This record gives sequence, structure tokens and C-alpha cells, in this order.
Amino acid sequence: MNELVSRATDLVRDGELSYDQKLRRLAILATEALPYPEISAACQEALEKRVICDMYEGHAPYTARYILPDYEKAVRQGLGWLEMEPPEDLDDALAFLLVMYANVPSVTTYPVYLGDLDKVLAPFVTDDLSDAELDRKLRRFWIQIDRIVPDAFAHLDLGPHDSRITRSILRVERSLCQAVPNITLKVHPQITPDDLIEDAVNTVFHNGKPHFVNHPMMVGDHGEQYASVSCYNSLKIGGGSHTLVRINLKEVALRHQGDIDSFLATTLPHYVELTAELTEARIRSLVEQQRFYDTHWLATEGLISLDRFSAMFGIFGLAECVNLLTQYEGREGRYGHDADANALAVRVVERVAELVAARPMPYCEGGGGRCYLHSQSGIDIDHEVTAGTRIPVGDEPGMLDHITTCAPHHHLFASGISDIFHVDETAMRNPRAMVDIIRGGFASGMRDFTFNLDSNEFIRITGYLVRKSDVMNVNEHRGTRHGSDYLAAGAENSYHLTQRAVKRVRANELSPK
Amino acid sequence: MTGTVTSAPQAHPQDAAIEPVGVGFVAGTIPFSVVDGPGNRFTIFLQGCNFDCVACHNPQTIPSAEGAHFARTVDEVLAGVRRAAPFLSGVTVSGGEATQQPGFVLALFRAIKADPTLGRLTCFIDSNGACPPAVWSTLDPVLGGAMIDLKCLDPEIHRSMTGEPNDEVLASIRQLQAMGKLYEVRLLLLAGVNDDPELLRRTGEWLAAIDPHMRLKVIGFRDHGARPHDPPLVAPTSEQREAAADLLAATPGAAFDICLI
Repeated sequence: MNELVSRATDLVRDGELSYDQKLRRLAILATEALPYPEISAACQEALEKRVICDMYEGHAPYTARYILPDYEKAVRQGLGWLEMEPPEDLDDALAFLLVMYANVPSVTTYPVYLGDLDKVLAPFVTDDLSDAELDRKLRRFWIQIDRIVPDAFAHLDLGPHDSRITRSILRVERSLCQAVPNITLKVHPQITPDDLIEDAVNTVFHNGKPHFVNHPMMVGDHGEQYASVSCYNSLKIGGGSHTLVRINLKEVALRHQGDIDSFLATTLPHYVELTAELTEARIRSLVEQQRFYDTHWLATEGLISLDRFSAMFGIFGLAECVNLLTQYEGREGRYGHDADANALAVRVVERVAELVAARPMPYCEGGGGRCYLHSQSGIDIDHEVTAGTRIPVGDEPGMLDHITTCAPHHHLFASGISDIFHVDETAMRNPRAMVDIIRGGFASGMRDFTFNLDSNEFIRITGYLVRKSDVMNVNEHRGTRHGSDYLAAGAENSYHLTQRAVKRVRANELSPK
Repeated sequence: MTGTVTSAPQAHPQDAAIEPVGVGFVAGTIPFSVVDGPGNRFTIFLQGCNFDCVACHNPQTIPSAEGAHFARTVDEVLAGVRRAAPFLSGVTVSGGEATQQPGFVLALFRAIKADPTLGRLTCFIDSNGACPPAVWSTLDPVLGGAMIDLKCLDPEIHRSMTGEPNDEVLASIRQLQAMGKLYEVRLLLLAGVNDDPELLRRTGEWLAAIDPHMRLKVIGFRDHGARPHDPPLVAPTSEQREAAADLLAATPGAAFDICLI
């Protein structure tokens, strides 16, 4: 209790945090005073040693972690709880959405999904509205989103079809250069035109957005009604993810003695089961104890339904795991640089996928009664361990090798995987080259593709975007209005993300080899 | 400035038919390049160049080293292309000087076009343009486009920069434009050497007469990679580069697509 009091005192007296930021942190502190969901001693120990991790969601989850309301349905039927009639024109619709965003919860307290806006707004964008007028209205809306939802996990989706709204959003993005909202473009090899992908690539050169996803692969796993939200989490619209529990494969490997086969047969399954146990306990707490889905207006009005939810089973530290296992067998080998190590990485991930697919999970009908596998891209406190299934920062090989190392994993991660590619600014003069690489990535089995310009003011941390200048404000104790900037400042110190190897996609004329 | 074709400097007699050659002398390859033509490209640097440019950025590729160390078969090069193919718009042969090994380039491009999985790739050449017309006419059926360096319109300055005359270069630019295969002309600016305003004005006029909408890449010399030189070569300032690009853009009757680097 003393610790609680002292942490609360520090929070309320903090000189940098805004009122809202304090309020939200105090709420997290309060749930940490509640009893933890019941778990076994082995599970408890693995959690305390951070072999498995509950993402610090709090002891008594009272909202699903990621919620994807069906905004298309909402604008058709209106909102009872919020007393909003269905919108009749674009101004109505934009106001309607802002009201809704202010009332959609998530683990960050802000909505992580803002809708597939090209589709949600389509009924309201009529031929008599000029592009200039559309830009003006969306620009105002964009500023409102960033100020009302100051959190870079807030994410909207576009595509795979081209539309006037999509083009307008990309223009507004380039003119405003805000960190919020985050954006995904769904790419279908036949439906999405090169010209649209190129427009999106040029937008990335401005502000690091959008992220690109392989639409047919996503539809294969989730059906047409899916979206990419928060940090590359692909989930069902009208559903989402109850929770995210992740397993640190480096820590698992450190607890293993013996060869690779015994790791895959014994040690790994043991910790996968403890992760599943923790996941199940947290789901039951949310669904059965806090009864979120029985009580929240999104559920009672049919904008989400429990049967479209599952939970995310995250893995990270694959690189260190593979390198350790290789060492145990007395061999040299480094993930990302060595064919044997890369093949072992695929074996490890396939084994995790097999174990997760064999473990029934309650209230997870959205995933066929199983968790969705997720390559978890890290949180601000991770040290000396690589995010997800990525190659360690700064150690990435050339882009082709990087892609061919990562691509074999992508189909296994229904709820998302991220490998971030940095390119130098010569690519800006040839955006079509990035279109080629994105298309090639998807043709080679990638699910998610994101790239950054190394010289950009915007950097992707684990998937969300921040402005370097905002992170500087945190480091120099000036405060910032985006909650995600605080996480970014921590992550930058832990991961050195600004040191990602820049992809040399220009001709290396000095030493061709 | 009529661009009269003179005899070829070496290697390939002007009138001899160019036959495919299965082995080339390759200095290196890179699977992804965004600066060697449209889209993402697999670039092959051939060993050996008929110019000896003072400003060359990779002088180690100038000597014609027809030794086993550089020898690569078409199939070996294709293996690399195949791996990168899903990510590519095409393939570019650069150098050294691509047209010094026309038989190998012909064999390589034919093999790409004949391969059902690679046939969609465009085949480009990045060249100094100093080759006989037969090279371009022979490659025409398999050539997607060419990027030609024009070091200088003035033959004497050209000779001082490259050691060779420029009449073949000028003829190549005309011929490729007539074939519809001129993708881009590249102008390397060396401060105090080839950036005289009057010279640039004449250059703009000469190029506009060939194609007023020509794609021009204006590249300021940068000294990384280049050999030491006495007196030292001078990189143009960004103001000088911009002034040169503005001069070219102001060419009467022209609407060049200018990219300044």
C-alpha cells in the first residue's frame, strides 16, 4: 500500500505529464492494487521472471485490448447510447465519427481503430463535392483526430480499391505531417493500381505512412471484414483481441539445456503452455468477471460481438533464441546472415504456431477457438532482446536478403508481423522502385510491409509513429501531448531504433560487388 | 555538331555482325538499385571501359580485365536476377562500359526475354554512348531503353575529360532517340570544366533539337571514389548545380524533364 501511495503521489505531482496523462496512469495504478487473475505457481514465476509478459495491462482487465467497432454499421444505424442519429451528409458523418472515437475504449484508453474510412465515408462523398472541398473538410477532421485522440496507436485503414477519399486522405497526410492517425493501405495485386501505391509511397517519404498489408493473405485468415490496427495488429472488424500475452523466446532459450530437438519437444512447449494459461486467465477475467461484452454499449448495440474476438499470442526475441540454440550445438550462425540459422528460425516459429493451433482457448471464436499468432514488436522497457521475429537493429542484411529471411514467417502470423525497412533518400526520386519492392514482397509471401526514409522526421518505433522532435521533448523534460511519445522515448533508449541499417538500394558505385 | 561516326575505338569492328557471347567480364552485380532506370532494377556492372574519365567514380572498373576472376556466364548472372525478379521492373547493364561487351549483353537480354518467368523485365543499358551504331541496332529487339552520359558537347573539352572524342556519343543519342529507346541523357557537371553558361545553352539547344521533352539527369560531380587529379577536380556547389539546371530548363522550345542530383 505504501508503494501505491508513493507512486500515486509521484504521478499527481509530476511536472511534465498532462492532466489526461496523469488520469490514465492513475487508473492503471489502481487496477494493480487488485488481485491478479488466478494462475499456477509456475505461470506466476514465468511472469515474474518476464519469460512471459502480460504487457502490463493491469491486474483486472475491464476493456478488450484492441477493439474494432463496425463503423460502417454504426453510420447506418446510429448510436443509441450516444444519442446520435445516422449521419445524412459528410459533415454529419465526420462529427459522428469524432463523437464515437471519444467513446471507444482500448488498452491505451483511446481507440486503436478509426475505421476503413474510404468505405465508411463513401456514402457521404457525392459527385457535387469538389476535391478541394473534400480536402478542406478532411484536413479539419484530421487536425481534430490528432488533438482529440493524441495517441499514435489510433489507426485507420484504406484500400484495396482506389477512391477519391483515399487520394484526398493521402494529400491531407502530406500537407499536415501528423503522427496521428496511423494508416494502413490494403494492397491487392490485381485490384490496387500501381498509381495508388505510388501515391502512398510518396506519402511515406513525407511522414512515414502508410503501412502496407497483403490483402489476399489477410482475407484468407480473417475474411473481408478485417483491419490492421495499432502496431500492425490484423484483426476482425466487429471484433478484436481480448488481450496480448507474449513469450520471450530468448529467455526460453536461456532456460534450456540440450539440443535443438529437445528444445522444440520439451522446453518450448512448456513455456508456450504457461503463456496460454496466462492468456486464458486474463480472458476469463475480462469476459466472466468484469463482463465487458455483456455491459459495454458497443456490444449491446451490435457494433462488436464476442464471437469475432480472439486473443493475441505474441512472440519476440526469435533472433537471440536462434543464435543461442545454434551456440548450444557448438555451431556458428547468426539469424539474418546464415542459411542454417534462418532455417532454424522457421522451425522454431512453425513449432510455436503448431502448439498455439493445438491449444483451445475460451471465447476465441474469432480465431476458430484458438489464439492468433503475433510477432510482437516490442515495448519500451525491453532490453537486449530483439522485437518479434526481426533481425537485430543495425545488423540487418541487404534488403533482398532481409526480405527473404523474414518472408517465410509471415503467413504464420495471422494477427500481424512487422519488419521495418529503412531506405536512403535516393529512393525518393524513384517511388516506382518502392512499388516494385512492395509488390515483390507480397508476391514472396509477406503479410505486412513498412518502410521509412532514414532522414525522415518521423520514425516508427515498434509500429506506431512519432516525431523525433517530440521524443526530444520527452528526453529534455519539456513534455508532449501524445502519450505514445513517452513510450517512444523509452523504446529509443532500449532499442536504438534510429540506428537501423539503412537499405542500400542505390547503385554502390564505389565498390560494386 | 553533326555527330559523324568515326571508326570504333576498340574491341568491336563497326561493320562486323554482333553475335551473342555466353561469357562476360563482370565487375559486380547489385540485386536492388533505384538509380539505374525506371523502377527497382538488378544492375550488372561490366568490367572494362573505352573511356578514361577524370571524374570516374569507379576507376577500378576501367581496365579491361578479361581474366577468369571476372568471367561470368549468362546463366550465372541469370541466377541472381531470378532471385530478385519478383521485386524488379527490370535489369540494367552498366559499367565499366556496357557496350564494350555487346555480344554478352545481347546474349543476356535475349535469355531474359526468352525466359517465361523473366520476360516481363525491361532490359536497359547505362552507357557512355561511345559505340558504333550496329550495337544499338543489334540490341534493339531486346532493348527497353538506354541512359547515355554526355560528358560534354564540346569535342575538345570532351577529349580532355575522357581521353576520347564525342562524335559516337552524339550519334548514339540521335540514333537511340530515333529508335524510341533513349530513356535519359545524363550530364555530369564538373565545376570550371564543362559548366560554362554558353556551353550549357548550346547543349540545351542541341538536345532540344533531338527531343524537346527529353529526360535529363543533371549530376553534380562529387569526389568520393574519383582518383586524385592535378589540378583537383571541383564539385559544383548546389547553387551552381541549380543554375545549370535552370539554364537547361530555359532552352527555347524545350520542356525537358530535369532531375537534378
